Amino acid sequence: MQTKRPRSILPGFGLSLGFTVAYLGLIVLFPLLMVFIKASGLGWGGFWKTLWTTRVLAACKLSFGLSLAAGLLNGVFGLLIAWVLTRYRFPGRRFLDASVDLPFAMPTAVAGIALTTLYAPNGWIGSLLKPYGIKVAFAPLGILIAMVFIGLPFVVRTLQPVLEDFEAAQEEAAASLGATRWQTFWRVVFPQLLPALITGTTLAFARAVGEYGSVVFIAGNMPGKTEILPLLIITKLEQYDYSGATALAAMMLAISFILLFAINFLQRKTLVHNRS
Amino acid sequence: MSATVRPTQDPLWTRLLLIGCAVGFLALFLFVPLTLVFAEAFRKGIKVYADAITESNALSAIVLTITVAAVSVPLNAVFGVAAAWAIAKFSFKGKSLLLALIDLPFAVSPVVSGLVYVLLFGAQGLFGPWLRAHQVQVIFAVPGMVLATIFVTFPFVARELIPLMQAQGNDQEYAALSLGASGWQTFRKVTLPNIKWALFYGIILCNARAMGEFGAVSVVSGHIRGETNTLPLHVEVLYNEYNSAAAFACASVLSVLGLLTLGLKTFIEWRAGLRRRKH
Repeated sequence: MQTKRPRSILPGFGLSLGFTVAYLGLIVLFPLLMVFIKASGLGWGGFWKTLWTTRVLAACKLSFGLSLAAGLLNGVFGLLIAWVLTRYRFPGRRFLDASVDLPFAMPTAVAGIALTTLYAPNGWIGSLLKPYGIKVAFAPLGILIAMVFIGLPFVVRTLQPVLEDFEAAQEEAAASLGATRWQTFWRVVFPQLLPALITGTTLAFARAVGEYGSVVFIAGNMPGKTEILPLLIITKLEQYDYSGATALAAMMLAISFILLFAINFLQRKTLVHNRS
Repeated sequence: MSATVRPTQDPLWTRLLLIGCAVGFLALFLFVPLTLVFAEAFRKGIKVYADAITESNALSAIVLTITVAAVSVPLNAVFGVAAAWAIAKFSFKGKSLLLALIDLPFAVSPVVSGLVYVLLFGAQGLFGPWLRAHQVQVIFAVPGMVLATIFVTFPFVARELIPLMQAQGNDQEYAALSLGASGWQTFRKVTLPNIKWALFYGIILCNARAMGEFGAVSVVSGHIRGETNTLPLHVEVLYNEYNSAAAFACASVLSVLGLLTLGLKTFIEWRAGLRRRKH
């Protein structure tokens, strides 16, 4: 090995890489592999039979549909917030900037019970909406709100560095050529933000699909109506239906790997774009 | 403050509208729920609050939460430093794959993170029979909760250190070595001071997640009061028992932890000029 890498005279390569790979393998890779090994034990037939039930399909539709909606909402409001935080100077900006990370710093269970109490029919906001017949807590709308809460920082934090590095010269050029402010934003700024915006939205989507703590309290958890995928896994585990839980977990893992791959690809593209 | 508006500046009404929207959105989604936690916690008075967080089950939940974090955070910190040293200081094949794999736990649902250890160490799991024969309990006990916590907080330190150490390069270490320092001295006296803020930053984020983790720990915990309930799980139990005041009292303790984390994080960003990165 020593002859193969004469590039660095620094010591500790074997030790640090060996420890890294061993720890990664033991804690992350081997356990994750177990899910696929267990799932493959079901066979394709058994795998599909487990997944192709009305209850699982309803949970998929709910989880993916609402996560997509939450991702898109976060895309819109995340862009707005990132824009305001990087472009404008106003009192309280730094405070607002720091508070964007609140959903990361707050334990999910705390967020979960706070949002539920807030939007329950007798809660601060829930009681305001009740006269209009709008039900938030224990309904899909509540799940959506929890998912928006948990995903917001992803979009803002992905967009901020790109907006900060954006060269004013491009906007000045557009303006000097007679573009209105809106045209400049839409034709010059927005296309360059798009890769980061898609990355952030995808990250928010991925987080929303897997999120448990902040969603489970407000969801109501009625099978077929307000039961999200992660909860269904727990339900199956509690019923000792290990193969059912494993099949669901394998599906969710496969989807998150595809998303991770897509995000990596997008980020590499963003980097190349920024460098050129 | 000249009267002329720069062509790259938005008109005043646009600025005010957008700032208003941003503040409104953040207030609705972040500040109102946060305020509610403390309002609900103190709704029945300070006595009920104090009783709720000094009650024996709450105290043992706090102790367990600290224990789990005290084991998992240092392990992940050591891993983060080792991974960053290998990845940033040396070039080798498969580096980008390794980088992607380190981030993997962030892409996995917390529930699945817990499930993988049930499949390994549960009664029906791969090592289940062996563990039962040797009377070792991993799942529904503290070791399983530690493992699940390590899994979900796995990338935090590594991902703060790797980009920083890559940007810093190897020159200072080379200088130290050429002046006769040993490898360990070089790491301790040259590398460590250079990365200390990023390391601290990573550890703080790692700790916040470790203490606040709910989904993964919930799957592997036995939910035994006073024994295998961490503080977030204790909050759930109280909430489901309609003991709202106590649930929010414990939740407020966790919120203070979250706010402290946020404060420290902002301080380090300011102190070290660290660039924010997404999580």
